[in-house]
Amino acid sequence: MRIGVFICHCGSNIGGTVDCAEVAKRAATFPDVVYATDPMYTCAEPGQAAIEAAIHEYALDGVVVASCSPRMHEPTFRRTVERAGLNPFMFEMANIREHVSWIGKDVEPNTNKATELVAMAVEKLRRNQPLFAQEFPVIKKVLIIGGGVAGIQAALDCADGGLPVILVEREATIGGKMAKLDKTFPTIDCSACILGPKMVDCAQHPNITLYAKSEIEDIGGYVGNFQVKIKKKATYVDWHKCTGCGTCLEKCPSKDVPDRFNEGVAKTRAITIAFPQAIPKKAVINADYCRQITKGKCGVCAKVCPTKAINYEMKDEVVTEEVGAIVAATGYDLVDWHVYQEYGGGKYPDVITSLAYERLMNASGPTGGHILRPSDGREPKNIVFVQCVGSRDRSIGRPGCSGFCCMYTAKQAILTKDHIPDSKSYVFYMDIRATGKLYDEFTRRAVEEYGTEYIRGRVSQIYPDGLGHLVVMGMDTLLGQPVEIKADLVVLAVGIEASAGAKELAEKLRISYDHAGFFMESHVKLKPVETNTAGVFVAGVCQGTKDIPASVAQGSACAAKVLGLLSRDTLSSNPQIARVNNMRCVVCGKCVRTCPFGAIKSVEERGRTQIRVIETMCQGCGLCTSTCPQGAIQLAHATDNQILAEVNALCQI
Amino acid sequence: MNIAYYPGCSAHGSSLDYELSTQACCKALGITLNEISGWNCCGSTPAHATSHELSAALCGRNLDLAAKQGADLVVTPCPSCLSNLKAAKERLDDVDFRHKVNALLDAPLSQTLPESTSVMQAMAESVPLDVLAGKVTKSLAGLKLVAYYGCLMSRPRERMKFEDPENPMLMERMLEACGAEMLDFPLKTACCGAAFGIPNRKLTQQNSGRILNLAHDLQADAIVVACPLCQMNLDLRQGQAERGLNKVLNLPILYYTQFIGLALGLEPKDLGLKKLIVSPNNLLAKWAQAKN
Repeated sequence: MRIGVFICHCGSNIGGTVDCAEVAKRAATFPDVVYATDPMYTCAEPGQAAIEAAIHEYALDGVVVASCSPRMHEPTFRRTVERAGLNPFMFEMANIREHVSWIGKDVEPNTNKATELVAMAVEKLRRNQPLFAQEFPVIKKVLIIGGGVAGIQAALDCADGGLPVILVEREATIGGKMAKLDKTFPTIDCSACILGPKMVDCAQHPNITLYAKSEIEDIGGYVGNFQVKIKKKATYVDWHKCTGCGTCLEKCPSKDVPDRFNEGVAKTRAITIAFPQAIPKKAVINADYCRQITKGKCGVCAKVCPTKAINYEMKDEVVTEEVGAIVAATGYDLVDWHVYQEYGGGKYPDVITSLAYERLMNASGPTGGHILRPSDGREPKNIVFVQCVGSRDRSIGRPGCSGFCCMYTAKQAILTKDHIPDSKSYVFYMDIRATGKLYDEFTRRAVEEYGTEYIRGRVSQIYPDGLGHLVVMGMDTLLGQPVEIKADLVVLAVGIEASAGAKELAEKLRISYDHAGFFMESHVKLKPVETNTAGVFVAGVCQGTKDIPASVAQGSACAAKVLGLLSRDTLSSNPQIARVNNMRCVVCGKCVRTCPFGAIKSVEERGRTQIRVIETMCQGCGLCTSTCPQGAIQLAHATDNQILAEVNALCQI
Repeated sequence: MNIAYYPGCSAHGSSLDYELSTQACCKALGITLNEISGWNCCGSTPAHATSHELSAALCGRNLDLAAKQGADLVVTPCPSCLSNLKAAKERLDDVDFRHKVNALLDAPLSQTLPESTSVMQAMAESVPLDVLAGKVTKSLAGLKLVAYYGCLMSRPRERMKFEDPENPMLMERMLEACGAEMLDFPLKTACCGAAFGIPNRKLTQQNSGRILNLAHDLQADAIVVACPLCQMNLDLRQGQAERGLNKVLNLPILYYTQFIGLALGLEPKDLGLKKLIVSPNNLLAKWAQAKN
């Protein structure tokens, strides 16, 4: 074999703390190495051209590049060697940047370690085999999970691009959190007015199939060929017949039902339509409160329904869809702020979340857009906003910033003044984070034009004084003294976490999530909507905090990625998969039971049972290879022999 | 279980009534308290504010005496003493620290020192609520009370291990078992001003005033306390608070052991009710009326 080795300086990134020329000099003495050099920037166009030239000049049949992480440039260099006529898998990479130069400052040990990593790569390369990808057809359809603004945007962009879209929403209506908001910062435009048309477009678009009140039961398959089981929850209303007339809502006698859409500041009936602009505008029965379902006596809605749509016997139904790509856009939930006993832990009706406050300001909300206290229906005059409740608080394990609370709190203070001109708003804050376009100007407006009193400091306690007011005790850290404010209403800007069930969904999607349950992107900067599972993308707050414009941008970004992926008729499989050596296999079946992807099957062939790896399903995780007692199943490109050769190289150099 | 009892200095001075009622309740409930023979002051705030080693030496000596008399557990009525005893035991786990503490003492401390807890927690542990309720002969029914724990009983969470540090409920549960109506009291763990009554009277006046005022506005008949210093600030200094608030409060401040003692049928004189500054006579009259 004839191997070429390229030790990259990466400017001073590697060259600053590794003697690259020395590493190249030592590498030239390794077995089969016929050429070694140390270019300044290997990934740059001249660097790649030099690799191609060397392959031709020295008749190389394998290349090692020692530079950055393979997650950065392995695909780049595989393409380089392929252009020069080599199989892309006759290439190895040694990571001497993240693993060497960035973590140690001493040149000599760094140089030694870099040499060792190069020696390992050379020994592995000497045992590499050319691998060839297979082509397989893709299903040109996309599943979007979550019908908030990010999911809606992704759905519309994909559908406009000609792709059939399956949009699955857990609630009875799409719209997500944005549908609950009154106005939006920094332009104070009405949330429903800008979101509503998009929701209607979703309902009317010929390419979009909407499953509301539905959840993902199971996901199988792989990029281009996912099989998805969707559980359509029983709504007890035949939506084909329901016209959304609302007669049933008026007549339902079960009146004391907690209203999820109104964030607990109102009660609703056992049969509901979430809000007037709901999409789909269909009634749903809450089985926990329906008298007919719980007690077997009532049936009022069935009697009054003009289209006979009520069906108390309805059961959950599972449908299967096949798609080529999946976008997760499952949004967020509020952190459970009831852990804060010092704020009453939920005991005081006039201490509410900012999302509940949106419902009180919203014209289609339970108070018709009049701000009234939940306790006694009185108009509040002194309103205290408390930021960072459940954000930036290590004591409850939430060290992160929720991102958009500073802005909506400023907005709510402004709108409060518009609603109640003789009111006074106070905002307790830690820092004002207003980094978006026109954002700082907006928060300044709340202070300068609307007279909102911003107090820098945290609130230590909120309690009712027994005379109808709430006492808010806090610290003014700029004045260095405690403050006490008598409030009529307290609005908590409660921090966010991934929505309920996000972790379970992540496991079905085989993607990772962080400590707060937010989905992990493939690369924090360069692959913000991709995940480490091919064909699965993430949009909106399910990946981490975002405001509306950023969520919409990610929805569109996902659509671009999906349209690009599914524009191809076929995809290439990754050939780095498990292979069975039938000569050694004793058909014990351990690998079949171990494989987490169901990619290994035992099949009957010519009268014998044989183990077969389904190439498109195998993810190359290697669990089977470490399970096999015979060493009969091997991961191509990471065989036992290759790994042992690397270990040998490391121990013997 | 061998329970060593550490009364703390105030038990022999300003909170004699706490001491009397604690002893009386424990006796009535069948809890034997073996007072640590030859105990000394825990050092209170002055010691730990001067040096952690000094504080640990004072507390360590008490724990050591308890260990030597075979105690499994040390209990104390005073939250401040308890905080110091617990802090000392924690810090003495560090070998260097223990070395410095031993240098301050005549004899080195025993290697193993007993854990400590509050009388209240020990009482709740050995007398379950239903048993307590069964021992009640004069129900507190008809009395509306608020429980005030003070700032130290439940904080810091990791050290004191006393329920939710912001919203403890143990006193409420015990007094409800005795028949009292317990009102939600949001300021139950607020600071009363503590020892600032001497160097900065205005601060204590303000803090205690806030607590007293809320209890008054919630129409509580009395405040139930568990800390000698809190009791003193709310009771002895109530006149100062009244002047600050410009309002007459006249709120009796009783230890939880005094209320439990009354419910168990003990005599007011054995519970030290005479020691209270704000007279509990109206309260007792209301109670007597409710019983009829």
